[in-house]
Amino acid sequence: MVMTDPNKEGRFGEFGGRFVPETLIPACEELEEAFREAWDDSAFVEQFHTILNDYGGRPSPLTECFRLSEQLGVRILLKREDLNHTGSHKINNVIGQALLAQRMGKTRLVAETGAGQHGVATATAAALLDMECKVYMGQVDVERQALNVFRMQLLGAEVEGVSSGSKTLKDAVNEALRDWVATVENTHYCLGSVMGPHPYPWMVRTFHHVIGEEARAQCLKLLDGLPDLVVACVGGGSNAAGIFSGFSDTESRLVGVEPAGGAAVGRGVPGVVHGMASYLMQDEVGQVQEAESISAGLDYPGVGPEHAYLSSIGRAEYPSVSDQEVIEAFQLLSKTEGIIPALESAHALAWVVREAASLQGQVVLLNLSGRGDKDVDQMMEVLGMDEVG
Amino acid sequence: MNSELAPGRMEGFLRSRRDAGSKLLVAYITGGFEGWEAAVETAAAAGADAIEIGIPFSDPVMDGPVIQEASQRALEGGATPASVLATVPNLDTGVPHAVMTYYNLAHHPGHDRFAATLASSGIDAAILPDLPFVESGPWRHAAANVGIETIMLAAPTTPDARLGELCEASSGFVYAVGLLGVTGERAQLASTATEIAARCKGVTDKPVLTGVGIGSPEHAVEACEVADGVIIGSAVVRRLLSGDGADGVGELIASFRDALDAG
Ligand SMILES: Cc1ncc(COP(=O)(O)O)c(C=O)c1O
Repeated sequence: MVMTDPNKEGRFGEFGGRFVPETLIPACEELEEAFREAWDDSAFVEQFHTILNDYGGRPSPLTECFRLSEQLGVRILLKREDLNHTGSHKINNVIGQALLAQRMGKTRLVAETGAGQHGVATATAAALLDMECKVYMGQVDVERQALNVFRMQLLGAEVEGVSSGSKTLKDAVNEALRDWVATVENTHYCLGSVMGPHPYPWMVRTFHHVIGEEARAQCLKLLDGLPDLVVACVGGGSNAAGIFSGFSDTESRLVGVEPAGGAAVGRGVPGVVHGMASYLMQDEVGQVQEAESISAGLDYPGVGPEHAYLSSIGRAEYPSVSDQEVIEAFQLLSKTEGIIPALESAHALAWVVREAASLQGQVVLLNLSGRGDKDVDQMMEVLGMDEVG
Repeated sequence: MNSELAPGRMEGFLRSRRDAGSKLLVAYITGGFEGWEAAVETAAAAGADAIEIGIPFSDPVMDGPVIQEASQRALEGGATPASVLATVPNLDTGVPHAVMTYYNLAHHPGHDRFAATLASSGIDAAILPDLPFVESGPWRHAAANVGIETIMLAAPTTPDARLGELCEASSGFVYAVGLLGVTGERAQLASTATEIAARCKGVTDKPVLTGVGIGSPEHAVEACEVADGVIIGSAVVRRLLSGDGADGVGELIASFRDALDAG
């Protein structure tokens, strides 16, 4: 088993740890203890799965792409996280953390969001569990994703635009951390990916493990075996960690696809920001750089520490794809299978399409982390009505 | 070498002033911000006992809006760790200097190299607010090897079980974080300010200085009923942001100095 618990210091190999202001250290310790205890309590685990099933729509189906498989010569199976309530895998983690926060007696959730998917999921859980909710979002993203801002407001959350730094996801994380430093007594920071200080990377992966667990059983049933490859997109890396964790002890190749403009693992420079030691895009003196890609949800200059570890030991590989390849994959899945993917998820498919020649006859399990409704406006601008028509 | 055997320059300097009956005043100034060199010299001349020089970082997670803005403007003006540090030996202050920056700027070049650069740039101590005590061992060791003191932050939330070790590991002084929150002036001194200082004083005889949320000379006097001194940052930097320049900083520091001396 490769994806096991981190060590006592929250390290996966040399990556991870707890690099946050002293003020937050006790909160991280308290959270770790509460999580261990809750995950050991069958009533908590049952409540988690009941909500994911009856409210979230799990288990998500495994869809075989017959037309696309024929076209590419690669047998493609999609794990349909796009069919979850709120439209992506994010809800798994958020339900887990919100239940845990409630169990810890916290009454307020704060979250960061890029594209708005994690913000919407957090606002949804807060509404469901009657908690106060504040979402920080870079001012650039507030303007790019107006629809998701309104969705969060409809759900009763307060959305605050962040105008510091690059005004995008990384700055939203900073602002959420600053909020948490001041409000730690009644507030839980509902982090949206397998990043941040220990125990977040491990805890968030554990809440998403359900993706890999279901997919493995579904593959065994359908294939009477395991897929040759498991492929997922990587921003912070939560949907990838969730699905990889169902297969890390097998022979399946694990492939995490990064955007070319946000290839933290691809560049492989270690750094420390947002509470963790991991790979980090930074300039020659160590200032953190902005990630830039067509999908706001992958515009993150870091990556979860467990991915840095899996890459460093050679268990998983992290290639990157260009925006143009993503745009083509987005259209391809729409037209051949009638599924409009999130631009984030389209990164995973873009890699399969590019590599198809070397994957002939193989079985690829692809995590379709989200649906593309949120991206339709943006793609209309990119493609123009005529080209699509 | 072991920094705990003999106090370094920062700690020795502050201890002697404290033991002579003075309350300590440390001023933070963002390095690389236009006019920062003159502000540092003026702050020292107006009565600061040590200067904290900020090396601006892209993601200053422990800082509120004022220091964030100064850092960002400094970065936009081209400030780098090298450009800030290269200037320090030319500054005429007569007091010890600490750098205040974020851990990645030490991690990226490597602990030994960053510590050596500090030591050769007229820096006595380092404050890294996103490097908590539990993660600080390797850095403290590398820093101590070249005589750089590492000032640890003690938070209102730090449990007693860790506070003793944390104060023991701190060198230069102990930075008592006055409130739950990031840097910035507040209307009133938080009750946590004197609580955390008292808890630190209870476990160490190193100088204990309270920072974060000290906005006025009155706050400083109140905090110093318990603490050995205060650190003022946003109040100073706000003078620079609003264009008051070194003179504005000098007047501000003098007003704190007078209030602390009057006690
Ligand atoms: C649909 C979808 N997939 C993937 C991601 C990236 O996150 P992660 O890498 O944590 O899965 C996002 C983030 O917003 C998303 O909305």
